[in-house]
Amino acid sequence: MKLPKLTVWRAIFVAILLSGLYATYLRIFYGLGGSTNLSDQFPWGIWIGFDVMCGVGLAAGGFTLVAIVHIFNIEKYRPVLRPAILTAFLGYVLVVVGLLYDLGRPDRLWHPLVMWNPHSVMFEVAWCVTLYSTVLFLEFIPVVLEKFGFHRPMAWIHRISVPLMILGILLSTLHQSSIGSLFLIVPSKLYPLWYSPLLPLLFYVSAIAVGMAMTIFESWHSSKACGRALELPLLASLGRVLAVAMSVYLWIRFLDLAHRDALRLLTRNRIETWLFLLEIALMLVPTILLFRKRVRLNPHALYGCAVTIVLGFVANRMNVATTGMEAGSGTHYFPKWSELAVTLSIIAVGFATFRVVAEYFPIFEAEEEGAATGAHEVEEPVRELTRV
Amino acid sequence: MSRAILYDSTLCIGCKACEGACAERWGLPYDEKIAAEEKISAHKLTAIETHHDQKAGDRFSRRLCMNCVQPACASVCPVGALQKTALGPVVYDADKCMGCRYCMQACPFQVPSYEWSARLPRMRKCDMCYERQSQGKVTACTEACPVGATKNGDRDELIAEAKQRLAEKPEQYHQKIYGIQEVGGTSVLYLSAVPFEQIGLRTNVPSEPLPDTTWRVLELLPDVVSTGAVLLGGIWWVSNRREEVAKAEGRRK
Repeated sequence: MKLPKLTVWRAIFVAILLSGLYATYLRIFYGLGGSTNLSDQFPWGIWIGFDVMCGVGLAAGGFTLVAIVHIFNIEKYRPVLRPAILTAFLGYVLVVVGLLYDLGRPDRLWHPLVMWNPHSVMFEVAWCVTLYSTVLFLEFIPVVLEKFGFHRPMAWIHRISVPLMILGILLSTLHQSSIGSLFLIVPSKLYPLWYSPLLPLLFYVSAIAVGMAMTIFESWHSSKACGRALELPLLASLGRVLAVAMSVYLWIRFLDLAHRDALRLLTRNRIETWLFLLEIALMLVPTILLFRKRVRLNPHALYGCAVTIVLGFVANRMNVATTGMEAGSGTHYFPKWSELAVTLSIIAVGFATFRVVAEYFPIFEAEEEGAATGAHEVEEPVRELTRV
Repeated sequence: MSRAILYDSTLCIGCKACEGACAERWGLPYDEKIAAEEKISAHKLTAIETHHDQKAGDRFSRRLCMNCVQPACASVCPVGALQKTALGPVVYDADKCMGCRYCMQACPFQVPSYEWSARLPRMRKCDMCYERQSQGKVTACTEACPVGATKNGDRDELIAEAKQRLAEKPEQYHQKIYGIQEVGGTSVLYLSAVPFEQIGLRTNVPSEPLPDTTWRVLELLPDVVSTGAVLLGGIWWVSNRREEVAKAEGRRK
């Protein structure tokens, strides 16, 4: 029963990778012109809009959970910390891969580190990607060291861990908001439902929220894949925090639109209006549902809400990066098949790598302790259930 | 003393001599087919546009890099490949460029073009003949213009001359100069018989210099980092201390 289903997924995986390989060939030998639908009027497509902007956002679970567990010392979330850091690390590596496709001169990826322009948001982004990837590597490497029993370097990393984690949170704060700041420079191009002086704040708050949604998402998947029990009470209480974070975000969003007098644009029958409403619905409906205890305690409903919020987040980033820019740029853009193939390949490689790493390294700490505290594990969820 | 170009659309006869001179200056191919392309691109850094008018016949307009006084492209370039020179032109160093194309995204006039099909692509745009002007010569397009529709000179003097033309023949001109206020001022100025949007210029651009929009946020960076570091360090100290106390008390019991 399970075997044929797995084969279908593997077949899809291989098909995606093959199309991605062919697209890579086109990108290398025929340039951006031969592999994308970008133009002088529309220089940024889904490789920036999805691979980079969503990639960075969806990796936000790494810094939110580090803050929750290590800085605020809320220990109960520790079981989902490592998977969140792994997701963030893989996310950042894949962002760099996406950049290698998108940059006209990928061989000059290192230029911003040497040739400075502190007035450029992109310069800030480049430094944040570099530094935060390094921090994530150092936050993740103990998992590898633990596996092979290298204790001395582990002790060394442990000694610098608090400043390291604070640095990571600060870099993430800068980076998540700076992705929004990138678009402050296009007031006459980005549709006013999305253009706002508050873009950096909005990007930051939504990243915090989606980081938690991604943690619920990946815990659900890895519990399926690795045959572990779902940490439901834990995820349910994370769902509660997610609901609050999303509420804060949606409220700031509403205030911003109201103060800029942009809400009246919703009466116009334009594609932007409908895309905006879709984006808001994808974020608002699951947020409301998550306030219900019954929803949070139902694994499928909780997962559904988290995924819908992730989709709403992706819709927001895509609207800012692509659809919201179309009218102002006076052109239409729809990604070429090769752009989609590369993006899907990057996602597929991300999923596969996560799975492989989770299988071979102690990502889910509960597992190693599981043998010793088996009885305690059964009892705990029951007790916690009454609290969430 | 910053140099500029004044383009008077009412004088332009659409002969496209400027296009040819520009192509020659950059060593780009130019033939009838390219002349018929009425938009700027990586192989055509200036273009004459024809706007059909039922009553007055064809009106011409010229596209080229505006060489803004405070250019968005130069402010967003992460590697500083674009620079505003004191002379006026915004120049580009292809050896620094890594091809992020943020300049193209940021430009309110959609001027920078990209060599999309090249293996080692560059951005291309008019640099108001920086070399020629630094040698005291006028731009190639100015030299080629047979009717003086394109004029090259000191920006302040050109603005004064444009104002004079508006005053002398008020019935011939739309009473505004494009490029004085737009995005805080540009080094290419336009005069026209009709409102500027009718000759294809963007009139929805803000009058604020665009680099200010991002600098307002970027200048907060040191404050955010230092405040954040103190805040997070403090929270860690408090919450960790609470944990230690709880542990110590637990041991005593």
